[in-house]
Amino acid sequence: MAESHSHAHPKGLQHHFDDLTQQHEASTLGMWGFLITEVMFFGGMFMAYILYRVYYMDAIVEASHELDWVLGGVNTLVLLCSSLTMAFAVHAAQEGHRKATFNWLLVTTTFGVGFLVIKAFEYASKFEHHLIPGSVDFTDKFAYPQAEGFFFLYFALTGVHAIHMIIGIGVVLWVAFRARRGDFTPNYYNPVEMTGLYWHFVDIIWIFLYPLLYLIEPLKLGASAAGH
Amino acid sequence: MDTTITPAQMTNDGESVHTMPAVSYLNANYGLKSWLTTVDHKRIGILYLITVSLFFAIGGIFALMIRLELVTPAGDVFTAEAYNKIFTMHGVAMVFFFLIPAIPGVLGNFVLPIMIGARDMAFPRINLASWYIFSFGAVLALLAMITGGVDTGWTFYTPYSTTYSNTNVVLTGLGAFFAGFGSIFTGLNFIVTVHKMRAPGMTWSRLPLFVWSNYAAALIMLLGTPVVAIAIVLVALERLFGVGIFDPALGGDPILFQHLFWFYSHPAVYIMVLPGMAVISELVACFTRRRIFGYSFVAFSSLGIAVLGFLVWGHHMFVSGQSVYAGMIFSILSFLVAIPSAVKVFNWSTTMYKGSVSYQTPMLYAIGFIGLFTIGGLTGLFLATLPIDVHVHDTYFVVAHFHYVMVGGTVLAYLGGIHFWWPKMFGRMYPEGWGRLSALLIFVGFNLTFFPQFIVGYVGMPRRYHAYPPEFQVLNVMSTAGATVLAVGLLMPLVYFLWSLKKGPIAGPNPWGAVGLEWQTASPPPTENFHETPVVTHEAYEYSPEEAEQQASIAVEKKEVFHG
Repeated sequence: MAESHSHAHPKGLQHHFDDLTQQHEASTLGMWGFLITEVMFFGGMFMAYILYRVYYMDAIVEASHELDWVLGGVNTLVLLCSSLTMAFAVHAAQEGHRKATFNWLLVTTTFGVGFLVIKAFEYASKFEHHLIPGSVDFTDKFAYPQAEGFFFLYFALTGVHAIHMIIGIGVVLWVAFRARRGDFTPNYYNPVEMTGLYWHFVDIIWIFLYPLLYLIEPLKLGASAAGH
Repeated sequence: MDTTITPAQMTNDGESVHTMPAVSYLNANYGLKSWLTTVDHKRIGILYLITVSLFFAIGGIFALMIRLELVTPAGDVFTAEAYNKIFTMHGVAMVFFFLIPAIPGVLGNFVLPIMIGARDMAFPRINLASWYIFSFGAVLALLAMITGGVDTGWTFYTPYSTTYSNTNVVLTGLGAFFAGFGSIFTGLNFIVTVHKMRAPGMTWSRLPLFVWSNYAAALIMLLGTPVVAIAIVLVALERLFGVGIFDPALGGDPILFQHLFWFYSHPAVYIMVLPGMAVISELVACFTRRRIFGYSFVAFSSLGIAVLGFLVWGHHMFVSGQSVYAGMIFSILSFLVAIPSAVKVFNWSTTMYKGSVSYQTPMLYAIGFIGLFTIGGLTGLFLATLPIDVHVHDTYFVVAHFHYVMVGGTVLAYLGGIHFWWPKMFGRMYPEGWGRLSALLIFVGFNLTFFPQFIVGYVGMPRRYHAYPPEFQVLNVMSTAGATVLAVGLLMPLVYFLWSLKKGPIAGPNPWGAVGLEWQTASPPPTENFHETPVVTHEAYEYSPEEAEQQASIAVEKKEVFHG
């Protein structure tokens, strides 16, 4: 550990670490710690979802028919692709390919933006169909008044997820800029790797949201809630 | 290597033979900008010191307003509405902006990295960000207070907070939300720093107990805080859009809010008290000149408290309508928390037994802590007992109980810690006589304030009302008198600490003759903490009570020879 003092200061090493290994271990532990807090943050809403599902399954089935499972499915694919390209970006950074890192990161943001665009179309159609909780009387449209609660959860969960996507896109762009500037070496690519962890996490949250919200009874489109 | 840890002599009163170091973190660079952009954990600790002191004062003023109203049975000073706001803002200021950040933010930030021989926290910029995010939350909360206040109680219970209250719930909630993220970042930094930044030789079993206990608190910050954050977001959404999952009209569940809230806010009690216990372990070891009895039990009891603390939140909800069976389980689990807490109290007491105890100001606070925390903890067992809780729920008995833990525990530990590390932070001593007097005043004032509340609560006075039946007046007047003494006791350190910044005798690197890495570097320390990374070869608390006794008797003999 002490030998690094005698060597030239390695690129990317912050003053308070002994060497790049220590710095890398610290960032990794820090990122995982942060992701645990994120799990707990979403956990509160998942808890509410579980309660609703236990109490009002019929209402949830009825309301979820209003969601477009095809668009949601396309978005799932888009996000999975973005995770793949993110993994390529981390690998490229590891190998020291500056140009490839930059390109893969840009592809990742493109997928991210694509996801948000599709999401925006979905939100717009909910708006057109008067499915915004708090603004209209849901009892006209649904057999179960708790459908409004489902849409509240839908907007809260996907909305908080979308905010995470937006932050993620910003961070990926910043890291892409740094990659292009040549900040990273095969010995130092922490920011790319940590951003990758965060991006995969946001992806995984969606992997949970999609079946929980869209795939309750996807193929009985428009059918009235028969219950279970 | 033995130069690392040797018991030094206690200060010879007043005579300072030391000089201030020429360059320290305080004068490494100058100007407001250098402070507001600093990434030095020590400076960030000082920034926290300023912010939390401000909120301690604000919370204290609200407390005095409460006590003023309660001097007479009639609600004659404030209207019921104003009173609701006053006790709410007392709670919000004290809990979110003082008790939770105080010890980790000030003492933890300042001494934790030095204690483990690190040059800084693992993430210095995130550390600074934590202070900014916390302060942003603090500004929002201040704004909420100035523009009309909030009256839901610090607990923001639904449906009152979501539907009926006409006060600044959202703004205050956002304040707590941001303060919470500040605390998450602090916790994250503690955990990574302890795991990855320890000096060579600083093994886990050599860590000072201050570090263990703050580590345990950091785990709670990480796991609990995000849950209350999302609960607050959901309350805000429900208020803003008039629809939400806590609204029974939509099949929502107001009790769900209580679950989410207490899932954090009960463990938050341990976020407040574990760092307090952290300080006490250091003080007891130093001022009894003994290794803490049962070091590993004390270390692991911190983790035990952190883990069990997550399983007991339902004891706040015995009368909320939650299932009786859930209540019984929560009751039993709550009893279990008493075990690791008692392990600590017994081990501190046993450490003092046959130790060479000296009663300097920090030790007076530590002894106060042990007594008051014991009372607070034992009355907690009353409240964990289902049938008793049903009777005393929402009475002053509860108020007295948690003030014994929060003020008698956390505040005394914080003050003890500030006195202990003040010479390290600023290189100068506070006046010892005034210190002891203020510790005494605070102890007496505190007990006079809150002991009567146990009685008045037990005989049935409910909390959160501005008026009460005349038969409770004597006890309430005692309480207000005590609060006045307490206020005087708390103002004294404010004055003499400020005085000591310029005029206090120069402390030297180790005024207490304490062991521990933070005492081996200069006071105030240089920006990088150590000129050379220390190598640790000993366990924590290598004190020798026999040697201390010998030195003390030599000093007494010298005095006798000199005077005789």
